Amino acid sequence: MSELFSKKNKEAFLNPLGSNNPVTVQVLGICSALAVTAQLEPAIVMGISVTVIVAMANVIISLLRKTIPNRIRIIVQLVVVASLVTIVSEILKAFAYDVSVQLSVYIGLIITNCILMGRLEAFAMQNGPWESLLDGIGNGLGYAKILIIVAFFRELLGSGSLFGYQIIPNCAYEAGYVNNGLMLLAPMALVIVGCIIWWQRAHNKDLQEK
Amino acid sequence: MANNTKGLTTNSNTYTVIYAAVMVIIVAFLLSFVSSALKERQDNNKSLDVKKQILSSLNVNNVEDAKAEYEKYVKQVLNADGTVLKSAADFDVLKENETPVIYQCDVNGETKYVFPLRGNGLWGAIGGYIAIDADQSTCYGIFFRHDSETPGLGAEITTDKFKSQFIGKNIKRDGAFTSIAVLKKGVKVEGKDAVDAISGATLTCNGVNAMLFSSLKKYDFLTKK
Repeated sequence: MSELFSKKNKEAFLNPLGSNNPVTVQVLGICSALAVTAQLEPAIVMGISVTVIVAMANVIISLLRKTIPNRIRIIVQLVVVASLVTIVSEILKAFAYDVSVQLSVYIGLIITNCILMGRLEAFAMQNGPWESLLDGIGNGLGYAKILIIVAFFRELLGSGSLFGYQIIPNCAYEAGYVNNGLMLLAPMALVIVGCIIWWQRAHNKDLQEK
Repeated sequence: MANNTKGLTTNSNTYTVIYAAVMVIIVAFLLSFVSSALKERQDNNKSLDVKKQILSSLNVNNVEDAKAEYEKYVKQVLNADGTVLKSAADFDVLKENETPVIYQCDVNGETKYVFPLRGNGLWGAIGGYIAIDADQSTCYGIFFRHDSETPGLGAEITTDKFKSQFIGKNIKRDGAFTSIAVLKKGVKVEGKDAVDAISGATLTCNGVNAMLFSSLKKYDFLTKK
């Protein structure tokens, strides 16, 4: 047991949540972080879906890593990710139709998420299945964390609501408060991600370039 | 990259080709197996979903048993010119795209006609259903769905706030078909009824505007005098 939770494994799991966050430090998965963060609910669902898929893909690639021909390794990784996403989407359609309608394009978007390819290529190709599982879950959660923070600000300031429930009281609107429509557009997501990166770098000396 | 071979020459051409071929065959079998094993369940879910959408356009929401409620309200399915095609029970709702159809419904003794809508939004397909009163002009209720419009902007077409504007509007003026326009707030149009578009979602709303016109225009039932 002690080996399963060694220091190195803990780091594989915890680093992506903090000092090696996939979005703010590795700068992966920015594209989908812009697309799904206008509201909190799709952001959370997307975070969970990516966590599950990156963990599963990491384990599969890690099990296959010694057999994969070097020259077609990217293709093999893509095939594994695309098949996993397709199967998950088919299963959702059969057993949780409402969820699959809600997710619609986001499920397909997971295939193009750079975090998946990044983790498969950088971690799962060199490490065992257990470490890869931890790394996958850690990176998925690290990604979800940023998505949720960004979506929180975008939905609150852009629509005046959270999870679709109105937060800003009607009297504020009557007094002249206006929702910031710019928050709903993709550029503001980038600005918020930029602010998070700024905050993180200001607090973490290791990340600052000399 | 380090070569992790354990007696396998993973860099040889033969190995690469065989590996790729085997992988593709396994994946193809896996995917087609999953797809065919789940097909029946998925179709069943889809047809229930379509029925729920039709009911929603009749302002019947949050149904427990969509199939039973659908059979209660929808009486028969008509062709584009208003002649009877099939009874509601015999009609497969997944085949409604093949020809223009009208669902003839009965809500508390009043006849309503439900027309499927189909068009393009900004990022992908949009669709829905519009329920028209027996006078063949007044909108009784409407339902919109979309595949991939922007959350918070284009996706707002599915909200009650947007949909409720349509209720009571007329798709005909002086007996001639005009459709209902979706226009920027403050813009006036002569000769037809209009609703306010969603700010920030102009292109999706233009799509809704075009969808209403082109989908309803197909019906002789509405356009002929």
